[in-house]
Amino acid sequence: MTETGTTGNIAQEELQTSGETKAELLARPEGMLAEFANPAELLHAAEKLRDAGYKRFDCHSPFPIHGMDEAMGLAPSFLGWVVAAMGITGGSLGLIMQWWMSTIDYPLVISGKPYFSYQAYVPVTFELTILLAAFGAVFGMFIINRLPRYHHPVFHSDRFAKVTDDGFFVSVLRGSKKFNVEKTKQFLESIGGKNVEVLRGY
Amino acid sequence: MKTSATPGGTAATLADKNGNARTWHEPEIITGNQTFASITEKIASINEGKTPTGWYIAFGVAAFFAVALFAQIGWLFWKGIGIWGLNQTIFWAWDITNFVFWVGIGHAGTLISAVLFLFRQKWRTSINRFAEAMTIFAVICALLFPTIHVGRIWVIYWILPFPNSMEMWPNFRSPLLWDVFAVTTYFTVSLMFWFVGLVPDLATLRDRAVPGSLRQKVLALFSLGWRGGNKQWKHYEKAYLLLAGISTPLVLSVHTIVSMDFATSIIPGWHTTIFPPYFVAGAIFSGFAMVMTLGLVARKVYGLENFLTMNHLENMNKIILVTGTMVGYAYGCEFFIAWYSGNEYERFAFINRAFGPYWWAYWSMISCNVISPQLFWSKRIRTSIPAMFVISIFVNIGMWFERFVITVTSLSRDYLPSAWKYFSPSIFDIGMFIGSFGLFFTLFLLFIRHLPMIAISEVKGVLPQADPHWYHQDDHGANGHSVNGGNGHGTHKNGNGQKEEELAVKNGNGNGH
Repeated sequence: MTETGTTGNIAQEELQTSGETKAELLARPEGMLAEFANPAELLHAAEKLRDAGYKRFDCHSPFPIHGMDEAMGLAPSFLGWVVAAMGITGGSLGLIMQWWMSTIDYPLVISGKPYFSYQAYVPVTFELTILLAAFGAVFGMFIINRLPRYHHPVFHSDRFAKVTDDGFFVSVLRGSKKFNVEKTKQFLESIGGKNVEVLRGY
Repeated sequence: MKTSATPGGTAATLADKNGNARTWHEPEIITGNQTFASITEKIASINEGKTPTGWYIAFGVAAFFAVALFAQIGWLFWKGIGIWGLNQTIFWAWDITNFVFWVGIGHAGTLISAVLFLFRQKWRTSINRFAEAMTIFAVICALLFPTIHVGRIWVIYWILPFPNSMEMWPNFRSPLLWDVFAVTTYFTVSLMFWFVGLVPDLATLRDRAVPGSLRQKVLALFSLGWRGGNKQWKHYEKAYLLLAGISTPLVLSVHTIVSMDFATSIIPGWHTTIFPPYFVAGAIFSGFAMVMTLGLVARKVYGLENFLTMNHLENMNKIILVTGTMVGYAYGCEFFIAWYSGNEYERFAFINRAFGPYWWAYWSMISCNVISPQLFWSKRIRTSIPAMFVISIFVNIGMWFERFVITVTSLSRDYLPSAWKYFSPSIFDIGMFIGSFGLFFTLFLLFIRHLPMIAISEVKGVLPQADPHWYHQDDHGANGHSVNGGNGHGTHKNGNGQKEEELAVKNGNGNGH
């Protein structure tokens, strides 16, 4: 989820390296959260944040909103390539497996057919293509989305629980040049964000 | 109020019989002036409330038969498959019938979750979750029967390409092995697809649970820390689309391969090329009937009339009508080809089916599968809940008989009259069939009790107010926002209260269409 490629364990790493005390780390602002009234406002907010040059922000909603990728300036998902690669792998491995087992490792004449009777190998090859492509789609999606991840700054907001009901939120995370508690707060409020709060602690 | 404000979104102008222009409005998918919050509340509260007494009674009955099933399976492992009514001529009967019956039922779930998704049939969002659950539980019941039919269960791993001590590999030229790959792939993919769909809804239940409770911790574990951020939705939606795209050929391949168990043999009545499409149509037909049976009960018991509207039911009945007609056509075509082939064994097999010792099974199949769905040509029957409930059960009965007719009539009288036998089920055939229903309903009841049976996030996504443009229309019409251009965010805030009110008004209007 983050551009820096962190795994969520920054706190532990920094505790050991930065010399800051745990209390200081817990008090440090990790990001900001602002609430918007409906999908349209969230979409407009995303456009404003994108145009203002924010990178580490996300728009949270109970369901996917049409047009949000463009509004946030996100590139299309590359998951299709993962799935295609997995599907090709599954099909190739399936065919090679059947060829090797029936032709090389234990050649056996069955109903007078050739050892490599590829017509009969189509169903298993096909099913393994599908199976690995599906693994690619599901596990690929979870890995790209860095899930499961049970700790995240946004979960420190009590209001954020509404996001799976009828809440629409923008979160801006620490770590980009644009992030500044005062200025970001002002900006979020200027684009219509309500209940702007600072997210603290891990 | 402008016509463009119709919540359903689509409107078309048609001419009626007299040539007068008439505007057609797409019916609302979800009725009852729902808001995002009211949908969450309605669906999630089914899982959160006290368990109804009726649930315990139903669960008790289902679990009793499921336990009885496992006891009978134990006895089967002890004694062998001779406890069924099998003989040397009819070496598979109810077990394979039940296998095909349950796999077929499963197919509707995948059709709804994948094929209707690709065709952008938004009404599917109300039924996809429990139809997918039905798929998974039906495939579990299906997998059980060929598994126990192997007899020597302790060497079942021979069906897998697993390096065993004999240094032998499975025969990849056998359709029964294709079945192993097809059905296990189908089960795995269906389960993953279902879980992917569940993640945002589990997060909804997580966020509603009492903080710190065990329930919340379990839900948090399985919702994987879902945050609903668009950076996640982006990949999530792509994964969903890809899964739908790969499940579509998968579901067609599974019943094709199941039909090849029969079609690649030389038994008269089995050895036909029509089997794959005919089996797939039959599978969707039976599966939709099961979705209908389950859906009507759930709708009544949990008051889901706003989610599973008459429009949904009518759409499903139309699919039952189409696939039922396809199945009827296949029956006719089989008969024609048997005659046209000039093959006397093939001709005999079909005459024997309809007029031989199993005539009662054949005509039960015809009346349930061919005649009963034709009643859906009538709009009155198509929109009558008692009628559709009865027809859906008839279709399920008919589709079980179809598989029985195909399997048993062909086997019982093949080439040599000296080998002809008649099949009579034993008490274990009947007990295990009923037991498979027990297992299915045990799992289904647990699902209904503990997981959201309607896809909450997907249903919200098809509401008119989920589309950002819906608010724009409103701005231009009511608030004069066009004057401000895109900059009027301050006014957005002011307009909110008004918008909420208009939402109610609009939805109220929409109901009248």
